[in-house]
Amino acid sequence: MNTANYLVDITMIMPELTLICVALILLLLDLVVKNKEVLAAVGIAGTLVALYGTYKLFVFHAPQSVFADMFVLDGYSNFFKLIFYLNIILTILISLKYMTIEKASFGEYYSLLIFATTGMMIMASAADLIVLYLGLELMALSTYILAGLMRKQLRSNEAALKYFFLGAFSSAILLYGISMTYGLTGTTNLREIAAALQTLNIMESPAVFLGLIFLIVAFGFKVALAPFHMWAPDVYEGAPTSITAFMSVGPKAAGFAVMGRVLFEAFGGMQMQWNSILIPLAVITMAVGSIIALAQTNIKRMLAYSSIAHAGYMLLGIIAGTPEGLASTANYLMIYMFMNIGAFAIVIMLRREGFQGENLDDYMGLAKSHPLASALMLIFMFSLTGIPPTAGFIGKFYVFMEVIRSGYTYLAIIAVIFSVISAFFYLRVVMYMYMKDPKEDVTLTTSSTLSIALAITAIMVLILGIFPSFLLNLVRSSIPG
Amino acid sequence: MSTPQVLFAYFAVAMTILSLLVVTRRNPVHSVLWMLVLFIHIAALYLFLNAEFIAAIQIIIYAGAILVLFLFVIMLLNLRKEETEKRFQKQWLYSIAISVLFVFFLVLIVGNITVIPPPGPYTADVIKSEGHIMTVGKVLYSEFLLPFEIASLILLVAIIGAVVLAKKRIE
Repeated sequence: MNTANYLVDITMIMPELTLICVALILLLLDLVVKNKEVLAAVGIAGTLVALYGTYKLFVFHAPQSVFADMFVLDGYSNFFKLIFYLNIILTILISLKYMTIEKASFGEYYSLLIFATTGMMIMASAADLIVLYLGLELMALSTYILAGLMRKQLRSNEAALKYFFLGAFSSAILLYGISMTYGLTGTTNLREIAAALQTLNIMESPAVFLGLIFLIVAFGFKVALAPFHMWAPDVYEGAPTSITAFMSVGPKAAGFAVMGRVLFEAFGGMQMQWNSILIPLAVITMAVGSIIALAQTNIKRMLAYSSIAHAGYMLLGIIAGTPEGLASTANYLMIYMFMNIGAFAIVIMLRREGFQGENLDDYMGLAKSHPLASALMLIFMFSLTGIPPTAGFIGKFYVFMEVIRSGYTYLAIIAVIFSVISAFFYLRVVMYMYMKDPKEDVTLTTSSTLSIALAITAIMVLILGIFPSFLLNLVRSSIPG
Repeated sequence: MSTPQVLFAYFAVAMTILSLLVVTRRNPVHSVLWMLVLFIHIAALYLFLNAEFIAAIQIIIYAGAILVLFLFVIMLLNLRKEETEKRFQKQWLYSIAISVLFVFFLVLIVGNITVIPPPGPYTADVIKSEGHIMTVGKVLYSEFLLPFEIASLILLVAIIGAVVLAKKRIE
């Protein structure tokens, strides 16, 4: 029996432990501190400390796996953790004022955000299917609650319930896939699964393939791939807008992180098999996302379908099946975070007491009354479409290049066609803002934190679009070939 | 067929029927009571795997504590209206068709499994010599320390969620 002392490994999960402590402190602080801005500041400060911890671990420790090979620290997980840190910081910045307007400014909001982020970080580092599943549940449970935080609003309740039921269903599918894989290989460790598939020579077995299908379906649900996307539009529309921004990036990035790790590490030798599922999924996802978004009049729903379409583009990097392909997906997620949260920050600005500001019509003539906000929205919409010199172009270009290099030229062509279709609904927002006359006066709700978030996202979208080499070098060194 | 096989066949078939009973009953209290019988059958299935401790836990925690909680909640909610409404959505026939097709494929695929992975370190003999609870405890607090702690966090989040969503809010 192995009696190694696993407590030694505790230094390796310091960032996660820091976040958990901050979340617990916030729960207690909420009792004595009435000012929610203090809680938000503590949350951001705690996240920065955890970020520093991850940086230190990255500098001082070689990639290694701890806790009986259940938890890995490598460039791949660190890069995704960076996405999660930035995601939660930007989310806190855009939600301060907004949650007071929605009358849902609870202290638990910030702890739940941090718990969700901890879950995502555990997912990104998981080297064992059990840890992966528990991280996923920690993330999912926190987001279900966050989606239903506006308790007085029917659509928020509906969003939370729908997300919860379908999420529980997908968890069941994930567990079924895990149990099948475990039954066939006798282990839940990703690397040992790969070894067992090799030594038992069961890669061609239909049962292994079935387990793989279940795993992909469950991950596909989390990243909203069609046809498992049904929950996304309703949940994105009903949830508080700041949470919509949070969960259109966080769980998606975490889902892609585990999908990449499971497929590459455990089922690395079965690329033909998983691509036979992923290629049709990617095509359907891009088609559903781009085409149904054309018919939306609510901007949150439109961005929901847009996020489905983007999941399709991101999937191309995994289909490429090379470490560079995986790097292109991670790179896309980083860029997507900046442009998507930026777009949602503008949506949040339109919300004020007694005015939803979620219809596309509300954007009519916005450029005349609010030129700066319109210019920022223009940048984010151009970036989401993938027009140079914005970051969105770099993200798409890198993914398409990798998928072509792996010999799937037709997929790149299909993706470009759907990008062109998607330009219609992104640029329609721009057209409404700049070429239509305003129907009614729209006053924007501004706050200093929201401005900071907008400044960060807009500057990053432009800088990464013009000088992408910094991010590309970072992602390539994080995920070496 | 040997005796264990006959017993296993009984439990497998009974569990399927009981699960169907749970989801088809109109009265939620009846559903929960059928679920109680189902959980006892599941516990018996654990005994087939030499997992007496898990079987006992299944009875104590699930059949004992959780189902009682279910019953309490159902009785508190007063679901009279629920009983008169339609039980299933329109597409139930398609769902059944797809499920049957799925089971057909599953039987086909699982029936073809020929390679069985080598057994892990905790065989029935090891457990017999070491004692069941001791083995579980040792593994849980060494190898599976990290997942064990993450599970506790999940429970904490569930409690926070219940409080946040259900407590009366002073505006």
